[in-house]
Amino acid sequence: MTHLPFIAGAYAIALLIPAGYALAAARRLRVAKRRLAALEPRRRGFRQ
Amino acid sequence: MVPRVDAPTAIASPAPTIRPRPGRGLHRFANPGRFLRLSGALLPWLAAGGALLTAVGVVWGLFFAPADWQQGDAVRIMYVHVPAAWLASAGYLSLAVCSAVALVWRHPLADLAAAEISPVGAGFTAICLATGSLWGRPMWGAWWVWDARLTSVLVLFFLYLGHIALVRAFDNPERGYRAGAILALVGVVNLPIIKFSVDWWNTLHQPASISLFGAPTMYVSMLWPLLFTAFGYTLIFAALVVARTRAAVMERRIRALLMSKAERSGAPGA
Repeated sequence: MTHLPFIAGAYAIALLIPAGYALAAARRLRVAKRRLAALEPRRRGFRQ
Repeated sequence: MVPRVDAPTAIASPAPTIRPRPGRGLHRFANPGRFLRLSGALLPWLAAGGALLTAVGVVWGLFFAPADWQQGDAVRIMYVHVPAAWLASAGYLSLAVCSAVALVWRHPLADLAAAEISPVGAGFTAICLATGSLWGRPMWGAWWVWDARLTSVLVLFFLYLGHIALVRAFDNPERGYRAGAILALVGVVNLPIIKFSVDWWNTLHQPASISLFGAPTMYVSMLWPLLFTAFGYTLIFAALVVARTRAAVMERRIRALLMSKAERSGAPGA
């Protein structure tokens, strides 16, 4: 395969950046759910 | 600091407020609980579909699509560069639409969505710029040229960064959302410049190979993996925005609950 380092670099960037965003979003959601559950454990109208 | 008033709190407020008619138009989705239920059902499908389509497109583009007769295997960078470029522009358009909805109709979720679109859009614009640079070095002999297309996409990246900074620059979130919305709407002028830069100026960047109304000028064995990664990236973009907006809705609710708890306990400064 020609230009392999450039191709590998491009695909690494293209996959790692969305993966990083996904991990950060999942962590943020998990923390928010836990905090919300601690603040209003019995509320049913605001289900996640 | 005055917290933003959520729909359930607004109903309990004694002050006269203009409330949307229930069950009509976009305001059906203004209820945070309803948004969380709908988005919670949608999110796994968006994420799984995006990951699957992107994986198929990447494997197809890397290992099965043919090399270009001029560019060699460097053409494979196109399968991630072009979808990232499309999403950079489409993401900004969605940011502008959310900003307009927030400014005109005061939709309570539109400003939250706009604030969550801009970091994701900036990420995809960064992918576009970085992968384009990695393609340009072996093909043009330069990591960067001040070409009209490249420069206008760089301006788009700065618009995203400006929106991210502006939204978070005020103590009162409402003012930040409003300032960000105005910036987003002004920045829309850059989108046609990006799109038509290769036609209006004599650029090093090649013109579009795919258009909405004409036949593609690329071979079909290269077109399919590109479409797979494009649809996959689109679903991933949507999944990221939905997940971040869900988290933002919950965080706003947490802030409101903490404020009311502090007011009830008579804490100073509450």
